[in-house]
Amino acid sequence: MADDEIILSELDDEELVAQMFDDLYDGLKEEIEEGVNILLERGWTPYDILTKALVGGMTIVGADFRDGILFVPEVLLAANAMKGGMTILKPLLAETGAPRVGKMVIGTVKGDIHDIGKNLVSMMMEGAGFEVVDLGINNAVEKYLDALESEKPDILGMSALLTTTMPYMKVVIDTMKEKGIRDDYIVLVGGAPLNEEFGRAIGADAYCRDAAVAVETAKSLVARKHNQPAAH
Amino acid sequence: MIACGAIAREILAIQDASRLDHLDLQCLPAILHNTPDRIVPAVEAAVRAAAGRYASVFVAYADCGTGGLLKAACERLGVELIEGPHCYSFFEGNQTFAGRDEFTAFYLTDFLVRQFDAFVWRPLGLDRHPELRNLYFGHYETLVYQAQVDDPALTHKARDCAQRLGLGFERRFTGYGDLAAALREL
Repeated sequence: MADDEIILSELDDEELVAQMFDDLYDGLKEEIEEGVNILLERGWTPYDILTKALVGGMTIVGADFRDGILFVPEVLLAANAMKGGMTILKPLLAETGAPRVGKMVIGTVKGDIHDIGKNLVSMMMEGAGFEVVDLGINNAVEKYLDALESEKPDILGMSALLTTTMPYMKVVIDTMKEKGIRDDYIVLVGGAPLNEEFGRAIGADAYCRDAAVAVETAKSLVARKHNQPAAH
Repeated sequence: MIACGAIAREILAIQDASRLDHLDLQCLPAILHNTPDRIVPAVEAAVRAAAGRYASVFVAYADCGTGGLLKAACERLGVELIEGPHCYSFFEGNQTFAGRDEFTAFYLTDFLVRQFDAFVWRPLGLDRHPELRNLYFGHYETLVYQAQVDDPALTHKARDCAQRLGLGFERRFTGYGDLAAALREL
């Protein structure tokens, strides 16, 4: 054993959370899982571990990605580490009745198989207390509509990586308008070739440039929606 | 002509074969291919720098992942660009490419086969973290090598790229496709 090796169980809570931030940043999945288990043994609630240790650490990763300090491979490794921790916490969160902020149905649009960004958004939304129903890739409009009807979410999220597939988001929104259900949901869109102008042009409520923005936008729009008097 | 460096060799070949001696070629770094958000400002700066020195300026980019922003910028600047979403489409011919609708294909051109490590493998971190491969390519099925020229060594390398990515392999000879037609109109 190297002299400078850090023994996680010997750190106090504050040091351990700081170390977990570092371990998330470095994409160390096993260390994150160990840290989560130590905090559970110390009596932390699953919700506190999720928000203070994991989401806190991932927020730093997200900020450094946005600022060009970290790149996609490092973000993926960090996300994979966070996923390890969330796998332990998820069943416990359900048992302990952690607060639910809202519900989101999310999926990559028809003709598009790219899901890295979408998966990051799903994970960060879950971390922020949203229930997420992930429809996966290559979703036709019918699949979105079926999920809206069966899941009754607050938010519909759509993702696309390709210039050629992003117009399909408008097909989905236009179909929602035709059926008179557009205003029942908050519609968020994201993906590398998108921009705010495109989001506005297709009738989405917001374009989210990254997972952190998606979480903040979702929180703010859900709060606004819940504050509105019911429509008559 | 202000062009993506990833198609410089092909432009020079067309220019040479078609005696397009009236065109000066200026290439922007090919690596912008990996960061489409940087393409528009780079092209805008180059077009502005060329303005006044030439009778006309042509932008040898397609949309290239800019989500329509490059076309809008070119319209503002009063210059033309290549039709189509990206080079994979115009090399094959935009109409043919659109008709294929093969969204589980990962494309490489001659340039990207030559530069596979610099443009794909290393930027995705696969040299350091090969375990990420399936996160990136898990939903892809086939690597389609769009050959602009007949070169057995490139075909061999492209096949090796497919194997490294865990994908099936298809070679498709495209030649220069719509790029040749676009340049000959200038």
